[in-house]
Amino acid sequence: MRVTKYIITSPESDILPSDIAMKIYGSRHDVNVKETCFGVIVNGEEPVINELVKEIRDLDPSGIFIKDRGFPPGDPRRCRGRRGGGARPGYYMIESESKALPAISRALASEKADAKKAAPAPAKKGPLSAEKLEEIIKSEFS
Amino acid sequence: MAKVIVYPPTSMILSDLVERMGHQALVVPGEVRKKVTALGIDSPPLNVTPEEPKKGLRWAAVDVPSGVRGRMALIGPMIEEADAGIIMRGSGCLTGCSGCNRTNELVRLLIKTKGIPVLEVNYPSEEAEARALVRQVREFLEGLK
Repeated sequence: MRVTKYIITSPESDILPSDIAMKIYGSRHDVNVKETCFGVIVNGEEPVINELVKEIRDLDPSGIFIKDRGFPPGDPRRCRGRRGGGARPGYYMIESESKALPAISRALASEKADAKKAAPAPAKKGPLSAEKLEEIIKSEFS
Repeated sequence: MAKVIVYPPTSMILSDLVERMGHQALVVPGEVRKKVTALGIDSPPLNVTPEEPKKGLRWAAVDVPSGVRGRMALIGPMIEEADAGIIMRGSGCLTGCSGCNRTNELVRLLIKTKGIPVLEVNYPSEEAEARALVRQVREFLEGLK
């Protein structure tokens, strides 16, 4: 089944919609791309789009947001070029929510930083001591 | 992976957070896609046909306006499918399928009375609220199977 997704960049992100579009053009995926002022619209087979979306999110994990879209890009029922201008109906919701995106983006980044700090340091690997080996053997065969 | 219905059902922030944390967000565009890409659909732009208000009778009475019943034909099946729900209060913009306040009241009621885990959060207006929102959503989603 073909699906369509919005890839929306936070206004504070260093990634531009054109960067995302260029990455998709350079990828091996067979998808349709439409660049917009707030991000890009991609359309293609569901597994391909899901894989592509993961790759794109890695460009800026806390600054790129993904949203589902029902209509394919350029659909005459939604495309403003065919409807005589004006924003397409779903744009108002994106415009409204994009005001909160910088704060959400910073919150996601700080959560990630906190999780890194809280993660225990990996145990140092070293030679197994004779006492420890004896303990293991005892517990295995007792 | 749990199926999580979000309110507003077109929310980019909530659907992204749900998908980001490994769950499936139930959102209206998914239902709209079935209406606009299925073969044999009525000629555009009639993607909602007189059949939808009839389907909406499952969730709303016959004397309820057809606009509410038509919207419920899209949102009702998602509520039935949901394993959990996230409701964001005070969303600044509700348009399209979310633009009807009576439908929104019914949707929130059905989500709350379904007996599934529900998280209610406020729309963030500042940095601290955004942090609280992300933390609450993460903790809620981590608690789902």
